[in-house]
Amino acid sequence: MMHDPSPTPSRYTVEDRAPRKLSSFLLRWESILVMMLATVIIGNTLKSPYFLDPFNLADATYNFSEKAIMALIMALLILVREIDLSVAAILAVSSLAIGFMGDAGYGTLALVLTGLFVGTLCGAFNGFLVTRSGVPSIVITIGTMSLYRGITQVSLGDQALSTFPQSYLDLGQTYFIDWPPVPLSFFIFLVLACVFGVFLHKTAIGRQLFAIGANPVAARFSGIRVDRIRFALFTVSGLLAGLGAVLLTARIGVMRPNIGLGWELDIITMVILGGVAISGGVGTIGGVVLAVFVLGLSTFGLALMNVPGIVINVLLGLLLIISIAAPILIRMATGKR
Amino acid sequence: MTEISPILALANVSKSFPGVRALNDVSFSLYPGEVTALIGENGAGKSTIVKILTGIYIPDGGEIRVNGATQHFSSPRDSWGAGIAAIHQETVMFDELSVAENIFMGHMPGGHLIDWRDTKAKARALLASIEADFDADAKLKTLSVAQKHMVEITRALSHDANVIIMDEPTASLSRHEIDELFRIVAQLKAEGRAIIFISHKFDEIFRLSDRFVCLRDGEKVGEGMTSDVSEPDLVRMMVGRPVDQVFPKRDIPLGPTVLEIDGLSNATEFADVSLKLRKGEILGLYGLVGAGRSEAMQAVFGMSKPTAGRVKMNGQELTIHEPIDAIHAGISYVPEDRQEQGAFLPLGIRENITMASLSTHVRNFLLSRRSEQSAARALGGRLSVKAAHWEQSLGELSGGNQQKVVIAKWLATKPKLIILDEPTKGIDVGSKAAVHDFIGELAEDGLAVILISSELPEIMGLSDRVIVMHEGRIAARFERGVGTGALAWSAEAIVAAATGAPIEERAA
Amino acid sequence: MSVFLKYREWVLAAIISLMVTGISLYAPAFGTLDNATGVLNDTAFLFMMSLAQMVVILTRGIDLSVAANLALTGMLTGIFNEVFPDLPALVYVAVALTLGCGLGLINGTLIALLRIPPIVVTLGTLAIFRGMIVVIGGGSQVNTSDMSASFVGFPKLSFLSLSSVFWIAAIVALLAWFFLSLTRAGRGLYAVGGNPVAARYCGISLPFQQVLAYAISGAVAGMSGYLWVARYGVAYVEIASGYELTVIAACVIGGVSIGGGVGTVAGTLLGALFVGVIVNALPVMQVSPFWQMLISGAVILAAVIINARAEGRGLKLILPEARRAAAQAKR
Repeated sequence: MMHDPSPTPSRYTVEDRAPRKLSSFLLRWESILVMMLATVIIGNTLKSPYFLDPFNLADATYNFSEKAIMALIMALLILVREIDLSVAAILAVSSLAIGFMGDAGYGTLALVLTGLFVGTLCGAFNGFLVTRSGVPSIVITIGTMSLYRGITQVSLGDQALSTFPQSYLDLGQTYFIDWPPVPLSFFIFLVLACVFGVFLHKTAIGRQLFAIGANPVAARFSGIRVDRIRFALFTVSGLLAGLGAVLLTARIGVMRPNIGLGWELDIITMVILGGVAISGGVGTIGGVVLAVFVLGLSTFGLALMNVPGIVINVLLGLLLIISIAAPILIRMATGKR
Repeated sequence: MTEISPILALANVSKSFPGVRALNDVSFSLYPGEVTALIGENGAGKSTIVKILTGIYIPDGGEIRVNGATQHFSSPRDSWGAGIAAIHQETVMFDELSVAENIFMGHMPGGHLIDWRDTKAKARALLASIEADFDADAKLKTLSVAQKHMVEITRALSHDANVIIMDEPTASLSRHEIDELFRIVAQLKAEGRAIIFISHKFDEIFRLSDRFVCLRDGEKVGEGMTSDVSEPDLVRMMVGRPVDQVFPKRDIPLGPTVLEIDGLSNATEFADVSLKLRKGEILGLYGLVGAGRSEAMQAVFGMSKPTAGRVKMNGQELTIHEPIDAIHAGISYVPEDRQEQGAFLPLGIRENITMASLSTHVRNFLLSRRSEQSAARALGGRLSVKAAHWEQSLGELSGGNQQKVVIAKWLATKPKLIILDEPTKGIDVGSKAAVHDFIGELAEDGLAVILISSELPEIMGLSDRVIVMHEGRIAARFERGVGTGALAWSAEAIVAAATGAPIEERAA
Repeated sequence: MSVFLKYREWVLAAIISLMVTGISLYAPAFGTLDNATGVLNDTAFLFMMSLAQMVVILTRGIDLSVAANLALTGMLTGIFNEVFPDLPALVYVAVALTLGCGLGLINGTLIALLRIPPIVVTLGTLAIFRGMIVVIGGGSQVNTSDMSASFVGFPKLSFLSLSSVFWIAAIVALLAWFFLSLTRAGRGLYAVGGNPVAARYCGISLPFQQVLAYAISGAVAGMSGYLWVARYGVAYVEIASGYELTVIAACVIGGVSIGGGVGTVAGTLLGALFVGVIVNALPVMQVSPFWQMLISGAVILAAVIINARAEGRGLKLILPEARRAAAQAKR
């Protein structure tokens, strides 16, 4: 251990880092998630010969990549004690706009930009309301969720939009890389996960997010522009919901008003299972990525075993509660407050 | 008079928390019709005693006897049942509910079904008995601070308590309101109740109390009749050494003017605040809690927007929208409430120390851990932070060490001016002395220091000049060793200015 | 704005009356007594569920699992009816109440004893309860043909042309009023939500109040489950899907503060009525029912933002002149 000579010697010796202990490493939430992931992969491989097939796995990623992209920004929102319940509704509005543009005969680039733009706009509106009104974001985004979803319902009723150029549909229906087969949505997720990981854990603003989550008042006192950061996070949340809309609409090739219905809850589940604390200030992107794979692959594996989707939801709900409750129970049992 | 048996007696009571001995073997008795002053510095164990007597904490050892019978309090209800009620330091009440309900919350007349008519009638009778000027139906949030205090007192009376604990009841009251409170206390005494009175103001202690019990670091260090002692005696007991040695004032040559505030005002909190501060100078900002000191200084720091006035640093006028602008101008603000406003408890010491100066640790857009670590070592070492390692989360440290880390965070911004808001509130005597030393060191290093404090000895001991605020305005200015009469450098004059006494009355 | 706060229920009532008058002028069919009873009957579920949700929100909590509880208990009661047909209807009500209460207790226990945030717990149980419908029912539906006459008949009973569901909602409202204003436990909910620390000093137990709140929420959701299934004659996975958000919206419109400790029975009922009037007015005005969601979203946002502005982001009152001005404004 190196020690620079301090200007004034302290009365105490303080080490630079925590002593490395195996137990504290193993009890880290990410380590537990890795073990869960290993269990899921091994279990599924033993159960079904189709599980480890690269093409099957690639197709499996379709089912969670759009959600996973939106989970990355949701993780940051929850980290700063906010929440965005309107993400799925923003996705729907963006998808609506893409659908209309498709109907009007615009090309792929215009469709993509429209989706991103509309999503960003909706997110910025959320951010504006949250930072200006001082009302908890859970209330604001319940309101905007109704509003945005309402817009799609009013605009489409029970109709659907399905006129899209083939090059647009290809974005969601062909592989971005042919071997190993990687769909575009999954590729974008991996890239964004790296970007978010570096941003959160290595940059100054990322560090400030932890500060806001740990103590918003102290964060303001420390010169952090709390409201500006909040506004930016909600805006990016809208942008990524717009991106989700671009990918999802291209994948399923049709826009209905109920597109992505209920996704906000799936996304929040990914984030919480990933170890981001609802009370703020604690969480890692690594944890969220692992949770995405745990949830995505176990869903895929169960589907291969012909377990109905709704039953999978039961298991995932149980997984969520048990994974949160277990550490608390262990702490209670070992008597550490 | 010793044949009168005590209403309440603590015998050898002890209480520990992880790492802290909060109370060690403390015994004392309360007698009917007497006011007992419980004195001691912050962190001496007073509030632990209050919490034990009100059933919030369970003592590790010792006994509580009420009228000679040993009692075990495991909840606030047990404590009420034994006839003990407390008026807490912070008014702990329900803003959205009515006065009557605030008075009786937790023990509404009528069992599981509330008898509202009875509740209101009883509340009105109690309010009338202390001559309150508001109705039992009023929502609490419509009352003034003083009126809320009267609700708290009524609440204590509603338990028909024989022992009433008043924890710093006058901290946020005006002079007139304090007189009103003392009238009520006299009335309670006459009714034969025993009162524990906790206050930092010696004039009140001498005016009101019959007995005193003095605590230091969780131990009883003295007790007796108030009439037998003088103020210096009590201070010596509280602090453990003679008062004039407490604050060695350093002789520091003053430099050029650093800060100039001119006519700073906002809508409802402060008006026309003007002051100048020189390099190496310590300016004490004194006043009652709620006199607008913190609010005015927070406006300088960019936490709120003033409606008028100018702030200049080194002769340059500042435009401050957010604290970050103030930080860039060389201003630091160490806020009063460490837990609420200063500390990031789940984060590590290193992360806390660098939080207000992150931009200095950025290399190629990324944070440099090495640079952060050396900052943590340098500043944490300079302040003698006691910890196992720099990555340890702040929540695991003691209050005094947390305070040091929060101060280190501010020093890391390399300020030219540091505003310290109640820097020794709630930390133990040892850490307190270290903080006092340190404030002197800061001035010696050429910083300009504004010290906001409600502790007069601290303010008088450390400051070159003192500015007193009252109800949002500057009431008086004092200079060390200068002035006569109402503006003399004396405790009496400073306190009189803080309580808003008219200047001619103060001079007398 | 302070007028809105002080008399917010009156203001909300006035807005609803204005709305009803306006709609009736446009579409006279809306202003009839027949239609009024129709609106009340249709809104009966929302009345009950919003009151129960308010009880939870008062403690600074939230119960996202109510609609899933409704669906699951509805399904279970339907299956119970297949096994034990032709029992008196009140037995089914009691069974549904008990089952729903049990599900609520699961939420309450996890929240109060393990101190998991309410939004996490009820998000999890929302998924679990919905899924259990399939696990238990094997993915099938329970249809009218599977239900006994007493089971189906009860919600169709009516008195003064108001359905039994409405009258049950009325009883729930009375009980809620009684409980929240006249009992210690009811006032305790306001106390723990308004100021948890002060509540502790007053000897009020937070875990007890929380378990109580979620149990009540569950019981009302469960009972609504039976009534819903019997009234609409079908139990399957998707019933009342997303209804939890409508319920929360009604509370927010009715002035229940998500921050806890603030909310009245009258306000919540009016909030629910507001949503109910909109839902029923749209078809009468020949506006597509798809407008409902958009309108309630806009109304929620308007309500909370007006509220937030009224409360202000407080500067303290320190200057004597500011205090005097505030005291005068209060009068």
